[in-house]
Amino acid sequence: MVKVEKKKVACFHCGDTIQNTHLTFEEKDFCCNGCQQVYEILSQNNLCEYYNLQDSPGTTRKNPVSKVKFNFLDDEQIKRQLIQYSDEKISRITFHIPTMHCSSCIWLLESLYKLERGVKSSRVDFLKKQLIISFDHNVLSLKSLVELLASIGYEPSLNLNDLEGKKKIETNNKLLYRVGVAGFCFGNIMLISFPEYFGLDAFSKSTFSYLFGYLNFFLALPTFLYSSSDYFISAYKSLKKRIINIDFPLALGILVMFVRSTYEIFSHTGLGYFDTLAGLVFFLLLGKWVQQRTIDTISFERDYKSYFPVAVSVISDNSETTVPVSNLKIGDRILIRNNEIIPADSILLKGDAQIDFSFVTGESVAIHKTLGELVYAGGRQTSGNLELEVCKHVSQSYLTQLWNSEQFSKESKSQMESFQTMVSKYFTFFLLGIAITSALFWLVQDPSKSLDAFTAVLIIACPCALALSSPFALGNAMRLLGRAKLYLKGPEVVEKMAKIKHIVFDKTGTLTDSSDAGVVFHGHELTTELNNYVYSICNQSVHPLSKKISSYLKQDSILIPVDEFSEIQGKGLSAKIAKNTIRLGSASYLGVKVNSATNDLASLVYIEFNQELLGFFEIKHAYRNHLTEVLNELSLERKLSLLSGDRDTEKVTMAKFFPQNSEMRFNQSPADKMLFIDQLRANGQTTAMIGDGLNDAGALKVADLGISVTENTAHFSPASDAIMDASVFENTGKFFKFANHTLLVIRLSFVISLMYNLVGLSFAVQGILSPLIAAILMPVSSISVIVFTTGMTTFFAMKNGIFTNSNK
Amino acid sequence: MNIIFLLIGVSLVMALGFLAAFIWTVKSGQMEDDYTPSVRMLFDDAIIKKEEVEIKK
Repeated sequence: MVKVEKKKVACFHCGDTIQNTHLTFEEKDFCCNGCQQVYEILSQNNLCEYYNLQDSPGTTRKNPVSKVKFNFLDDEQIKRQLIQYSDEKISRITFHIPTMHCSSCIWLLESLYKLERGVKSSRVDFLKKQLIISFDHNVLSLKSLVELLASIGYEPSLNLNDLEGKKKIETNNKLLYRVGVAGFCFGNIMLISFPEYFGLDAFSKSTFSYLFGYLNFFLALPTFLYSSSDYFISAYKSLKKRIINIDFPLALGILVMFVRSTYEIFSHTGLGYFDTLAGLVFFLLLGKWVQQRTIDTISFERDYKSYFPVAVSVISDNSETTVPVSNLKIGDRILIRNNEIIPADSILLKGDAQIDFSFVTGESVAIHKTLGELVYAGGRQTSGNLELEVCKHVSQSYLTQLWNSEQFSKESKSQMESFQTMVSKYFTFFLLGIAITSALFWLVQDPSKSLDAFTAVLIIACPCALALSSPFALGNAMRLLGRAKLYLKGPEVVEKMAKIKHIVFDKTGTLTDSSDAGVVFHGHELTTELNNYVYSICNQSVHPLSKKISSYLKQDSILIPVDEFSEIQGKGLSAKIAKNTIRLGSASYLGVKVNSATNDLASLVYIEFNQELLGFFEIKHAYRNHLTEVLNELSLERKLSLLSGDRDTEKVTMAKFFPQNSEMRFNQSPADKMLFIDQLRANGQTTAMIGDGLNDAGALKVADLGISVTENTAHFSPASDAIMDASVFENTGKFFKFANHTLLVIRLSFVISLMYNLVGLSFAVQGILSPLIAAILMPVSSISVIVFTTGMTTFFAMKNGIFTNSNK
Repeated sequence: MNIIFLLIGVSLVMALGFLAAFIWTVKSGQMEDDYTPSVRMLFDDAIIKKEEVEIKK
């Protein structure tokens, strides 16, 4: 067979290699009509700068958008819910655009006004993949705007979540203001305090000393009243609940410092500690800010609502209307087009249903449904149009009822006591003890020094460094993990990771790779005819291996009628096509010798054509890279379990990966998974769930730590504490180890800050603490703790090699 | 030495100016998106060039 070597040409628009259709337009190559159309639109409007900024910046347009897809945007109710602001002339709307990926995208999307005069302005927030558009709704309707975006390859994702109550974007602006004010006061107070520390001569002392004191007081007022107010509120709230948190000693220290300094300055008896006070508040707020900076490019709170479509076509009296999904009634006939998602449990009435449930179960092979069968919500139709009759309300579907069940809605997540809270409890009592003891001691020895010593202890032992070590260590660890493609919801998740004693895995999509790249044929090359035969036979069977082969051959085969088809469970298939006998199956079924050269983790399917052996398909179980190593590493300190929604066909292979004492359960429904985790937790085991897909959503939520694995972080993933990019799954063990090390860093930095406190206390109990010592000790301890925690966490990240990736 | 009173006043006013500037940046949303502007600022040259070409035509 002579192969024609095609020269590889990349599409000018999307950069894909051109395969079957090759279009040329204005001396440029395109892979499909869609790509060429986008180019035409852009070149007509002088927007070809788009292609200069980046090579082939577009996304492939091979799957054209259906014309009626956005009809629902003419619905007044939906429009009102989507548009954020509207007056007589201008409407403003924010779209989420998943295909946005490069600087060309930003440029084009912000140049929309050149393309369509109805668009007044558009602004991109690249990291959030958001586009904020102001447009004149008298010239351009919302529907045409979305169609315009879709026509140039930037289709916004519109889902149920966008409609149901716009979430207020929580900003930490308030905190930033507080940091700003505290920083301003801190700097100026330091400046004004310096002359006093270096010593003013007798002449200037009388003039300036008072002025500086009053200035300091007025500068400290906003720090005390505005910037530090959160600490007082938090301390008060926790006292009401009879808990002592870290904010209590902090608030106490700040209060004592302020009162004593004010007294000293207005009675002309001393310099006051205002510089220490302002510095303390400034550093503390910085720590808070570091802790609050989360990864806001990824949404961790997605539930089925952000996956389901906004509206669906309903057929009534032979005409089609678009109805918002939440208004669907039982008995409605709905029309689902190719690539649309089925929004409610319904019965199939018409059409060829090939439904892809990969979002729900992680299984990528489409499932065929026959007429009259019940189709669960959440599947995506992959061939042609379907007509269905809704038989359950959207919120009561098999899949969505999980979210509405009682177990799910109750906030069952344990508030794990953090190390910091635990320590600060003891610390506060210890601190108060020392303060009172030294006050009593001086009361006997020299009553004039008693109050002095008491307040000095509270000032110097104010646990600033202690309060900083957790936020900086955890915050830095979270950012490092984010760089290693494990995205955490917040810094506290690192601490949770370190405390996990039991990890539960989902199988499909989590331990296995759902892509079907693992099929290879060994033997003589199959003719087109034979390809068709094998494809047609495999298509008859529902066995996972048959499905893999048929989806592998699907591209260039056609279906032909099969006679005398028979399947022997667990062995193979046999059938007749055009009087030829074809048998497919395991080596023992066909009586051939097993090819020992192949990996025992792959399944082999042999083909026999008229009793002549042609070769075999090697179907690699697409397990994640280094699965054995990862599981071994994790099992050193933790127990592992496996939960799978599939039948137990792979039990034997999975058992090879897992340590002996691991529990494995198959045929688990979403509710079963949730229950299993609940039981583990009830037994006192801190449990992590690692899964993907909507069927794990319940388990991910009830677990102490839920990690969802996803091939593409821009795609949907269920609500969880952390989202892991599937390509770094092999590093899971290292991530957990790193979390342990981070906790160690926190403990060490606690020791360091306690040592600073001891030094300060030794001055304070003697009643000789001067403002100068406080002013030196406080920043030094804070800064050294910040440097230590950030440095050490980075060091451990490198040492554990969390950034290494063998996939690249 | 009385000049020091004036100098302190001036330095405080300047610092207040910086504080006001900071508050203004937060208010105008500059702290929310710290990536896109870095890309956006590189576009201008190219766009102007293209418009010039159009004018010449």
